[in-house]
Amino acid sequence: MNFGFSEEQDLLRDQVRKFLDRNCPLDRVREIAATPEGYSPDHWKLLGELGFLGLILPEEYGGAGLGWTDLVVLLEETGRSLFPSPLLSTVLAGALLSDAGDAAQKSRWLPGLAAGTTVATVALLEADDLLAAEGVQLRAVADGSGFVLNGEKCFVVDADFADLYVVAFRSGDAPDDLGLAVIERDTPGLSVVPTPTLDRTKRVGSLRLDGVRIGSDALLGRVGSAWPAIAAHLDRGAAAVTAEAVGTIEGVLDLTVQFAKDRVQFGQPIGHFQGVKHPLAEIYVDLESLKSLTYYAAWALDESPDHVALAVSEAKAFGAQAITRAGIDAIQLHGAVGYTAEYDVQLYLKRSKWSRPLFGDEDYHYDRIARLGGY
Amino acid sequence: MDFHFTKAEEAFRAEVRSFLDANLPASDPPTEAELRAWNHALGEKGWLGFHWPKEHGGYGGTLIEQFILKEECSARRAPPLGSDFMGLTWVGPSIIMHGTEAQQQKFLPELLAGDSVWCTGYSEPDIGSDLAGLQCRATRDGDEYVINGSKIWTTLAHKAKYIFMMVRTDPGASKYKGITCLLVSMDRPGIEVRPIPALTGVHSFNQVFFNDVRVPVDSRLGEEGQGWMVVVRALANERSGISEATEKLRHLDDLIALARETRRGGRPASEDAAVRRALAGFQAKISAMRLNGMRYLTKQLRGEPAGTETSVNKLVRGQLEHEMWNLSNALLGSSAQHEGKWQTGSLGYHGTVIGGGTPNIQRNIISERILGLPKD
Repeated sequence: MNFGFSEEQDLLRDQVRKFLDRNCPLDRVREIAATPEGYSPDHWKLLGELGFLGLILPEEYGGAGLGWTDLVVLLEETGRSLFPSPLLSTVLAGALLSDAGDAAQKSRWLPGLAAGTTVATVALLEADDLLAAEGVQLRAVADGSGFVLNGEKCFVVDADFADLYVVAFRSGDAPDDLGLAVIERDTPGLSVVPTPTLDRTKRVGSLRLDGVRIGSDALLGRVGSAWPAIAAHLDRGAAAVTAEAVGTIEGVLDLTVQFAKDRVQFGQPIGHFQGVKHPLAEIYVDLESLKSLTYYAAWALDESPDHVALAVSEAKAFGAQAITRAGIDAIQLHGAVGYTAEYDVQLYLKRSKWSRPLFGDEDYHYDRIARLGGY
Repeated sequence: MDFHFTKAEEAFRAEVRSFLDANLPASDPPTEAELRAWNHALGEKGWLGFHWPKEHGGYGGTLIEQFILKEECSARRAPPLGSDFMGLTWVGPSIIMHGTEAQQQKFLPELLAGDSVWCTGYSEPDIGSDLAGLQCRATRDGDEYVINGSKIWTTLAHKAKYIFMMVRTDPGASKYKGITCLLVSMDRPGIEVRPIPALTGVHSFNQVFFNDVRVPVDSRLGEEGQGWMVVVRALANERSGISEATEKLRHLDDLIALARETRRGGRPASEDAAVRRALAGFQAKISAMRLNGMRYLTKQLRGEPAGTETSVNKLVRGQLEHEMWNLSNALLGSSAQHEGKWQTGSLGYHGTVIGGGTPNIQRNIISERILGLPKD
């Protein structure tokens, strides 16, 4: 039994933190978030060169072959810095391709993902926002050895950045008649509509598919049995979002603690008053618990498939509540300046709006915990 | 990161399970006789001083074995690991660390045999959370100390054979340096124990008065003025919260059963989404508490200094206790006002939340020591 990071993982954390502190402090985050692109292609290229983008991809496809306990280190740090990039979507699309694709598909797409030349994302949800097999209604009709796809995908993370989409579709009326298709950006019939978001460091959008033709070489796995691959993607997604949330909570706690030390009222730093220091202690307690739940979920993803569902749902449910509360409390502890655009604390509140619902909010995951527990 | 256990550790877990199969009291709660038998069986097995070193008669169990033992016992709702919890957890290890050979020979065998009961004298009527401000005086008079003052919230003082107490020996020295630790027989003339009934009606703690109580100088544990160091080291043996997490898991089982039995609008309350989500929320927090404990344990195994991990888990637990008992009362509806197991429990949990430092004290510790905010 050993519930701590290795020296290599501590080094990885140092390396990522140094990279982000040097290249993307908060004023740079604001500049990038204000651009139409919403991320820096230069940073992206550097991340690819440093090997961060292919961290969990197999070595034979250009990845580093590491696991989720390593990936959480990277995601915690990007979450801490509010780093604007399509990292999360590309990592998750890569994991899904790696999990469900055949050798030819992996050779075709994964090296580009690892190198930073391709941005990819998974398109699953639709207008009714249902995180289940029934939520996938986008229809595919057989056409020779391939399919023709018609419909719309919503809430697609980094939709506008992506060169490559993994799209879930419905092939029949039985609940699990689902398939997965890999579609490149320039495919005729595919259009992307960005949706304005509160958190400009995180972009989402919709995909419209009007008669999009795909060949059999673009199908991941067998059509009609894609649900297990999608379900595994949902667990990985929830774990990844939570790992970023851990970092974000740590970031907003550090920022607010510093404010409480600097801001003087009634002749004292406000951090002297229990009305200020106790809510900060509470954020710290939530953060510690969330770290424990998240690291364990990452370990389960690597080593213990039977424990993944419960571990991930416990972490995501707790994390959705913790990041929401930290965002709200941090604004209030700042007082009036917390309500201004000038102070950085608002950026973390906005991040919580992205983090909470993505891959299931607390209600979704508490319901799942209860189901798994048989109550 | 690795959550697997070695073969030897799994073998130890199997040994604990068969011990529990053979010795677990049949009644819940156990009878006095069953508790004595349980205590005796633990003593026979050598598990009363589980974490004590072998050369002092302990079992020499590793931290991981302790973790396994506690978790297995809590999972089966076993009684505490020895009736003299304070003696075995804090007093014994302190005597091993700071005691003279004579003190070790006098007190340790009794503790391991389960023959003595210890109480601990920290708090005083005017000194609660600010422990180092204690004022109970011990004045040197030849070969003796003369103790005058009072200790309060002294659990089991009415049954204890000895008290492990902190006294002020040098009022001129700075707050921390004038404190000394004494090991005192409760039958000394001048000691008076007055019960303080708890709001549950149960008598477990007391106020203890010391009126010119004379004890020999060799009752002193460690050097004069070293008492604060003794107490800090003793409390470093604080619980990581792992076995408490397992206890809460059993409590959650009971609460789920209560939700199933309770009918609301003709249906079991467990079918209410709000109730189910609350229960699931408790489950997640209990997991967090257990995993927090395991991260703390890993730090201990790596020899890293302890931070404020026990404060974190104490707050997690405090909030859990509050929310879980509150839900039980909501489920009971009008009968929440009656006497009963759940109802009394919802009064009694306050004791565990306050004991060892109120939640606000834990928040002070975290915000000052970890977050570096100004001291109160």
